[in-house]
Amino acid sequence: MTLLVFSGLLFFGALTAGLLGALTGLGGGVVLVPLLTVFFHVDIRYAIGVSLISVIATSSGAAAAYVREGFSSVRIGMFLEVATTLGAILGAYLATVVHTQALGIIFGLVLIYSAVVSWQQRKDPSPELKGHSRWSDKLELSGSYPGRDGKLVKYEVENIPGGFSLMFVAGTLSGLLGIGSGAVKVLAMDRVMKVPFKVSTTTSNFMIGVTAAASAGIYLHRGLVAPGLAFPVMLGVLTGSLMGARYLVRARTAVLRSVFTLVVLALGVEMIVNGVTKWF
Amino acid sequence: MVLENGTTPELERPHLDDRRMEIIMGRLLQVGVLLASFVMLAGGALYMRAHHGETPNYRVFSSEPIRLRHFGGIVGGIKVGDPAAIIQLAVLLLIATPVARVVFALFAFLIERDKLFVVISSVVLAVLLYGFLRPQ
Repeated sequence: MTLLVFSGLLFFGALTAGLLGALTGLGGGVVLVPLLTVFFHVDIRYAIGVSLISVIATSSGAAAAYVREGFSSVRIGMFLEVATTLGAILGAYLATVVHTQALGIIFGLVLIYSAVVSWQQRKDPSPELKGHSRWSDKLELSGSYPGRDGKLVKYEVENIPGGFSLMFVAGTLSGLLGIGSGAVKVLAMDRVMKVPFKVSTTTSNFMIGVTAAASAGIYLHRGLVAPGLAFPVMLGVLTGSLMGARYLVRARTAVLRSVFTLVVLALGVEMIVNGVTKWF
Repeated sequence: MVLENGTTPELERPHLDDRRMEIIMGRLLQVGVLLASFVMLAGGALYMRAHHGETPNYRVFSSEPIRLRHFGGIVGGIKVGDPAAIIQLAVLLLIATPVARVVFALFAFLIERDKLFVVISSVVLAVLLYGFLRPQ
């Protein structure tokens, strides 16, 4: 395969990954890494390096659209980024000691978990806030967002230590596997801290870029960001995710999302089987 | 009562400032990604022209050359017109984009005199810089 064909196929593959990531709400990285390893036979370490770069691009590229909606909370984001960036550094170090095939298996498990979370999200969108959390005000994490009738809806967060710890795990997974860990981030904010759904999804988007930036530098230093992969993949994922975000607004996506969630599940199983058969 | 700077009283001040801050930060991210994409496109086109006959192989892991792994080497590569170095510059720009967002937030919190969040943003920035500049 010549470089032109290879780069062209990579671009369209990455575009599909970006599209899938945006439509399932899982982010580009989670689809990109299996695509590169399963279909293009790229070494998983290269795939992770280039995926981190693409994750930064999609997170930052979507920023304008998210800001316009007015739901994201810079304070909750910044506070939790302490946990995710520290986790990301740990994850990048762990990547050097974890066996390549084990990386594939862990990735497969995270894929399956993410698919399940994205499935559940639709059924159970808004958690109820109960009780009053003192620390929410002390840490200035309480906030408000524009409600449907135009009035500001106030909210508080609870179980801050629990959310913070889960965010550390999300950061570690991000640094280890080159993904945004959007599914774990939303879980930590939604289920544990009881942040309103729209606030948690938009805030999570910003955190993904900062988290990926913490470990991307380490991957670059290690020589894991290959230029020949980086340019078609980054441009492809970015284009795909922007297209996906636009399409998401216009179309009824329930059926599409179900189909894509199944695709993600299948990729997860494939990565686990692949890892196990090559390892033993 | 209307405050001196013209903000309406029913909106709490800190959140109004947060909102403005987020709009500027969103723009910042957009500009960063746009810039990185253009550099990436240019580098990619030159890369394709320089290596068009080769067969790429990423099956087996072999680390990228050291000159493409740090800032000084990448700048040196750009000076001699190495397309791979231009692509790596785009990668650096991308990594710098969220970092710039944190730097901006830090300054905004300084202006708001929000000590707690000045400290929190500084910690995040320190971790990011550690990831990027840590000793080999």
